[in-house]
This record gives sequence, structure tokens and C-alpha cells, in this order.
Amino acid sequence: MNKIVVGLIFGLILGAIDGATALFYPETRPVIVGIMIGSSFKGMLVGLFSGWFARKVRSTGWGIVVGSSLGLLFAFIVAVMDASKGKPHYLEIMLPGFVVGAIVGFLTQRMGTPAVAKSGA
Amino acid sequence: MEVSDSVLDHLRQVIALPDLTGTRYELESEIGRGGMGVVYAARDRELDRRVALKVLEVPITGEAQLIARLEHPSIVPIFETGTLADGRSFYAMKLMSGARLDRYAADTHTLSERLRVLRSVGEALAYAHSQGVIHRDLKPQNVMVGEFGEVYVMDWGVDAVAGTAGFRAPESTMDRLSDVYALGALLKFLVSASDSPAVAAIAEKAMSTDRRQRYDSVSAFLADIDRFEQGLAVEAWSEPIWHRLRRFASRNAVLLWLVAAYTLVKFLLFFLRKF
Repeated sequence: MNKIVVGLIFGLILGAIDGATALFYPETRPVIVGIMIGSSFKGMLVGLFSGWFARKVRSTGWGIVVGSSLGLLFAFIVAVMDASKGKPHYLEIMLPGFVVGAIVGFLTQRMGTPAVAKSGA
Repeated sequence: MEVSDSVLDHLRQVIALPDLTGTRYELESEIGRGGMGVVYAARDRELDRRVALKVLEVPITGEAQLIARLEHPSIVPIFETGTLADGRSFYAMKLMSGARLDRYAADTHTLSERLRVLRSVGEALAYAHSQGVIHRDLKPQNVMVGEFGEVYVMDWGVDAVAGTAGFRAPESTMDRLSDVYALGALLKFLVSASDSPAVAAIAEKAMSTDRRQRYDSVSAFLADIDRFEQGLAVEAWSEPIWHRLRRFASRNAVLLWLVAAYTLVKFLLFFLRKF
């Protein structure tokens, strides 16, 4: 399976699970569907870019660094959007996003087929 | 006239030296001695290079020509075979430098390094089998490890050899499965059971007295070694559940640490949110 597809699938699943943990907070239950969709989409974006990176660079360490950085970046964007609606939740959104990004980055390195080098004419 | 013992010994040694008259080789020194014959360092005058010259007490059969055709990085190339003026057979081969496997194994090496050496031996065997040659006498004394880690298997398929105790399969007719047995014995020699029960099980399977229980080829044997090195379950051993879990944890340590970190973060955020 293509590494980008691996990234998209794991980003979707882990993003959805991360979003679903908002169920533990009673105040977020009314908007859980929106949170899960947003979190899944964020996860897919992280997976897409991590998968693309994994096709170019084969390094578990760098995969984790890139995945966690992307996770942190997209989580920051989500946190800024969330803060504009009222009370900010930077830590609650960015910290798990950082670790989920690291997991997606790791999985894209370990799974899926790397890009096949094109032979010159 | 009386002749002292030391003079007699010297005379015996001189008589035992091979007569290289009529060959292109010039004797330098003895470098090894086994049941089949003696190995000497010699100089090839025509090509001005050093070679190893094995002088045999038994005649070389047609199989020597077949062995001479084997071309593999881990098989010592034979340059020439022939008969000496004193009637003994010889073959000239590349002069190797390094340590014999029995001496190499006495030093401290990691499990993975020992398995690398064994794999090289196995690959040479698998290649030889594909060419219709069996070794017949695989043992640590017939494997050399060079100073840069290169591995060479020597003394291939001499008919008169009946194997060496501890490495010889119990069957009377030697074939590929006898080499599988010897390779298992070599693995047992290189790796102790305390290193890994899975590797010990691979050696035991290869050394089964019942030939049907052995790996059916050297390639199947090496495939099980590969599975072990990749952290997968080996064919030779039905591992207990705790071992399976430990292997899973070892294979997926990074992932498990990341999942643990995520869980910890979530717990901390949940329980500390009111502070």
C-alpha cells in the first residue's frame, strides 16, 4: 500500500479516536460530531504530508519529528480557531495533536511501500 | 653411526614434505594439518603470488572439477588440481588470512554477528547445492572468518570424508540434508541455548535424527534465521504466550512508547483540568 494512503488511513482513524476522547468532557459533548470530523480531517492532513515525506525519506526518527511537527502545527491552527469562539484550549488540543502526529509519522515510516525510483531514459 | 631422535624427526619431516618438482609452486611453510591431508603456504612462481596448497593422501575424484567451478564470495576458489611427483594429489587454492571459526567463536561477538557468519556459510551451501555439490564435512575448522568479516567455507565435497563427530548426520548416505544437519550443528556451536531459545530450536530442528523432521533445504533453514532476526515467530519453535508478547513489545517498542505517551497526556489533561 502506498505510504500516502497509509498516512491518510491512520490519520483518519487516530484523528477520530483523538476527537472521540472529547466525550470525557461533558461541556464538549453537544459538539462532539464537529470535533470528531475536524480532528479526523486534521489527522488526514498530517497523514498526507507524513506519507509524502516517508516516500522521500526513510528514517523512523525523522518520520516521528516531521509527524509530530505537523501534528503540532495543525493542532495550533485548530486551537486558534477554537480560541476565537471563546475560552482557549491550546494545551488540550496541541499536546495530544503533537503525540498523534508522532504516531502517524512513525506508522508511515514503518508501513506501506516506498516510492519506486524512476529510471532515467 | 648413531642418529639422534631429533635428527630422525627432522628426516621424517623432510620425507613427508611434498615433492613439488614439475609444478609451478615453491613450498613456504606448513599452515594446517587435518585427517585428509596437510595444507601448505606456497608461492606460485608463474603468477608471483602466494597460494594455499592442500596435499591429500587420497586421490581427488571427478568431483574436484565440479567444486572448482563453484563461484561464490564465500567459497574459497580452487586454482588448480593435480598429482605430485611423489604420487599424492594436491589442489591449489586462494591463501586465506583470518581466524578459523572455532577460534573466532572463542572471542566475544554479538548474536547478530554470529548469525551473520552462519548466514554466509548457509548461503554458500545453498549455492553449492544448487550446483549439485554437497560439502560432506562442514565444521568450524572448515570455515574461515577474514579480518574484514568475510566468510569462507573450505574443503568441499571430498568423497573420502565421512564427516566429523558432532557435525556428522547419523545417516549413512550423505546428501543435502546431511549438510543441513551440519549447519544446525554449526549454529549450535556458535550460539548457546541461553542466547535465545528460538535459535536453539532452529538448531535442534536442523539436527533432528529423523530426516523428515529437518528443514528440507538450507534455504528453509536460513528463512527461519531471517524470521528470528526480524523479530517474527520461527517455524522451529512454538513459543509460549509470554514470549510472544515480549517479542511483540520488542518489535513495536517505539509505537508502544508513543501510545503510552498519548495516554499519559490525556490522563494528565483530564485530571488536571480543574487546577
